[in-house]
Amino acid sequence: MNLQENNISENNFEQCIKCTVCTVYCPVIPANPKYPGPKQAGPDGERFRLKAADYFDPSLKYCLNCKRCEVACPSGVRIGDIIQSARLKYNHEKPSVRDRMLADTDFAGEVATKMAPLVNATLGLKPVKLLLDGALAIDHRRAFPKYTSTTFEKWYRKELTAESQLKYAKRVAYFHGCYVNYNYPQLGKDLVKILNAVGYGVELLDDEKCCGVALIANGLYDQARRHARKNLDAMRRATASLKQYKVITTSSTCTLTMRDEYPHLLGIDNSDVRQNIETATRFIYRLIDNGEVRLAFRDDYTRRIAYHTPCHMEKLGWSVYSTSLMQMIPGVELQMLPSNCCGIAGTYGFKRENYQVSQTIGHDLFAAIEASGADFVATDCETCKWQIEMSTSKKVFNPISVIAEALDVEATRKLNHVKI
Amino acid sequence: MKTDNNASAQREYDVIIIGGGATGAGTARDCALRGLSVLLLERFDFTAGATGRNHGLLHSGARYAMTDGESAAECIKENMILKNIANHCVEDTSGLFVTLPEDDISYQAKFIDACNNVGIHAYPINPKDAIRMEPSVNKSIVGAVVVPDGSIDPFRLTTANILDATAHGATALTFHEVVGFEMSQNRVVGVKTLNHKNGERRSYYSKLVINAGGIWGHKIAQMAGVAVNMFPAKGALLVFGHRVNNVVINRCRKPADADILVPGDMICVIGTTSSRVPYEEIDNMNVTADEVATLLREGEKLAPSLASTRILRAYSGVRPLVAADNDPSGRNISRGIVLLDHAVRDGLEGFITITGGKLMTYRLMAEWATDLACRKLGVEVPCTTALRPLPGSTIAGQSEEAAETPVVESTTPANIQRAEVDRHGELAKRIARTNCYDHSLVCECENVTVGEVEYAFKELSADTLTALRRRTRVGMGTCQGELCSCRAAGLLSRAHGCSEKAKAELVNFLNERWKGIYPVAWGDSLRGAQLASWIYGSVCGLNTIKPTDKIAKK
Repeated sequence: MNLQENNISENNFEQCIKCTVCTVYCPVIPANPKYPGPKQAGPDGERFRLKAADYFDPSLKYCLNCKRCEVACPSGVRIGDIIQSARLKYNHEKPSVRDRMLADTDFAGEVATKMAPLVNATLGLKPVKLLLDGALAIDHRRAFPKYTSTTFEKWYRKELTAESQLKYAKRVAYFHGCYVNYNYPQLGKDLVKILNAVGYGVELLDDEKCCGVALIANGLYDQARRHARKNLDAMRRATASLKQYKVITTSSTCTLTMRDEYPHLLGIDNSDVRQNIETATRFIYRLIDNGEVRLAFRDDYTRRIAYHTPCHMEKLGWSVYSTSLMQMIPGVELQMLPSNCCGIAGTYGFKRENYQVSQTIGHDLFAAIEASGADFVATDCETCKWQIEMSTSKKVFNPISVIAEALDVEATRKLNHVKI
Repeated sequence: MKTDNNASAQREYDVIIIGGGATGAGTARDCALRGLSVLLLERFDFTAGATGRNHGLLHSGARYAMTDGESAAECIKENMILKNIANHCVEDTSGLFVTLPEDDISYQAKFIDACNNVGIHAYPINPKDAIRMEPSVNKSIVGAVVVPDGSIDPFRLTTANILDATAHGATALTFHEVVGFEMSQNRVVGVKTLNHKNGERRSYYSKLVINAGGIWGHKIAQMAGVAVNMFPAKGALLVFGHRVNNVVINRCRKPADADILVPGDMICVIGTTSSRVPYEEIDNMNVTADEVATLLREGEKLAPSLASTRILRAYSGVRPLVAADNDPSGRNISRGIVLLDHAVRDGLEGFITITGGKLMTYRLMAEWATDLACRKLGVEVPCTTALRPLPGSTIAGQSEEAAETPVVESTTPANIQRAEVDRHGELAKRIARTNCYDHSLVCECENVTVGEVEYAFKELSADTLTALRRRTRVGMGTCQGELCSCRAAGLLSRAHGCSEKAKAELVNFLNERWKGIYPVAWGDSLRGAQLASWIYGSVCGLNTIKPTDKIAKK
């Protein structure tokens, strides 16, 4: 008798047993009563949408895509994916000019970096912020990230030079992402510093596009798919020529997007490269764990650091690599902040209609940071960094920058027998 | 619905109708519309019998075209009438008759001919187009015919008939079982009733009693001293957790097990099996493991994804098949409508039986029965039920209420309002939706709000949780009562001012839900049921409360 021996449904929402734990862990619900919550918006709503497309509830746009519901779910339901897929499938509203501007990080970055001093000065001006708020509904209370005038790619080619990296026998490909390229090249430089010190060369992909997370969030799916295909092709070329090499990142969100959102939301198969994509902290930690490399730190580096786990790092389950690395620094006193979404969720918090919700969600986190007594906050996500720096008195650094600053380069090179 | 389970003050009526299924409700409506004073008696709740235990298929008649042209012709006619007068109960999905490689393709041409002969518009399409029309259908089909099938909600349909009957002066009493007849020589002059809610016995009198008890009509006739031989044929069905198909899928072959897959609301239903059961078992039927296996095995052939789709529950109903008169063997069985004037047949005045037929022909059955009743009572008013929309349904240009009712500012999210309109049609306007309490959800799987539950308590005579389920779909979704039943019990407790009764109701309801889950209790359905039993048994301590309901006791 065949009693559905293989009854693992393609419709993953069916595995929901309505325990409602997801709704308890959703950061949006307490802040925005208009949002029906992950269970209603996800597995419950999907049954209705299968009956008729007009059951699509526009309030699904309030989902942050933080994936905390998926982390909480004991039944393995990809709730966040169901919600994002529904938006992708049923929401036929055209993205606004504002959403397109916020989403197209590559374009904005290209333009803004060419006129960086002017853009940075202008975006800081109150009248400009009010103008953006009035014309585009980008909230005037929001602090904008600064743009750099020398992109990371330019620094890499002109100052570091690709040839210098080819001298290393062991190399790794670095997916720097828009933030490192256009806003904060220092993080990329920090990564190069660490990896070079342990004897690894850093290569860039020959054609890197924005991972597409902002495009997906703002409904620009076709463009997101184009980016995804280009990125995956570039990774395939990189790993084909240099088989053992990983593609590493310094952004938790880019990582999650390329590993999981590409197949789940965009329907693009990445199974051949997925396992090669990981965060730099995981890559380095595992090298150390395997006994392949060792790090030496400065004696004079003493800091109290509060670590904030970005939602997507929570979903990846990899924050332990970042925190364990920082705990290797003898002078570091690390404390874990309570697991709490900061509220920004990429471009979400920049939108006027979401500003208040965004700040309400982050409120407890901000209070915990102020009360922590830490010198600064460490986190693996750039937008968390903007949100926390804007909403608290603390500066925020990526764990890679922390390691780089604390690193005793000469001692590390010696430990790893690096002669280059 | 001005119905209740308290005794009616009035004692005398033109007609008393026994049975609160679609036929009884339809007959009550027809009689009331023709100006008769009507009392409808139902021993449990409306739609508790075969009406609430079928596919919910709005037959085109194609299924019967090859074997029973008369039934097929009735079906297609009623199909078109119901699409018009009951449009809030009907979903015009269209239907496919597909031929699998193992089926005889030559059947198809004969089938199309037979359909067209009785006026069913059936036409073949390329299997590729059929797959495009309904992507869930087996990709290996070698033939496909489109027919005007649809789906119909029997609960809503019956409720709408009762609403219209009571709006036209009829009285409908639930939980009133007929336990005997008041006779005067060779004439039935009334019925003896037992009120199951309070144990009270009382007689009601009428010029005519109409037996619309479906399969239970056999026993009712027996009490009046006449024989109507019924042959119970059990049919089992499975409910899947979500819609696999949006078009009805039938197998294009001689009627057999599990050859129809019907989408309805948020679920779909595969069925049926067919087996004779002894009459004594009709109140206590269980779906067997063999039936589940047959339904799955054959169902997968229609839509392969059923193999991995979560099953919510299994249920079974009894077809009220009637033996032709003077054929005690039961070989000569009709699926058509059977109207018996017992005065002519048995010499018993004042008693008629309307039985046989199908959900699809309930209105026609009611029309026949009411025609006969009017003839006997000397009333000359023509039947209008084929043209008059049921409460909740609108026919373009005919709705007075639609134009008059102002649009109320509502805080209820649009998708929840949409679900309410799906269930109640125009009458969804009567559901309170002015504040966030009204639109807070009782049933999260089916989007049933507090406002809707209170509307069902007040106006749809839902006075048990099971009745509430039939009126609103509370507890019919994925969770099968896990989250909604305690909330609904809380509201019931407030409505009746009795928490003890509500608690007992909660136990009855959960037991009734489990009865349907039990035959398919594996995988995620079992995990869900287990969570529900922890919540209610271990956390709420309901283990200590004994069910009061008959079904639950068994």
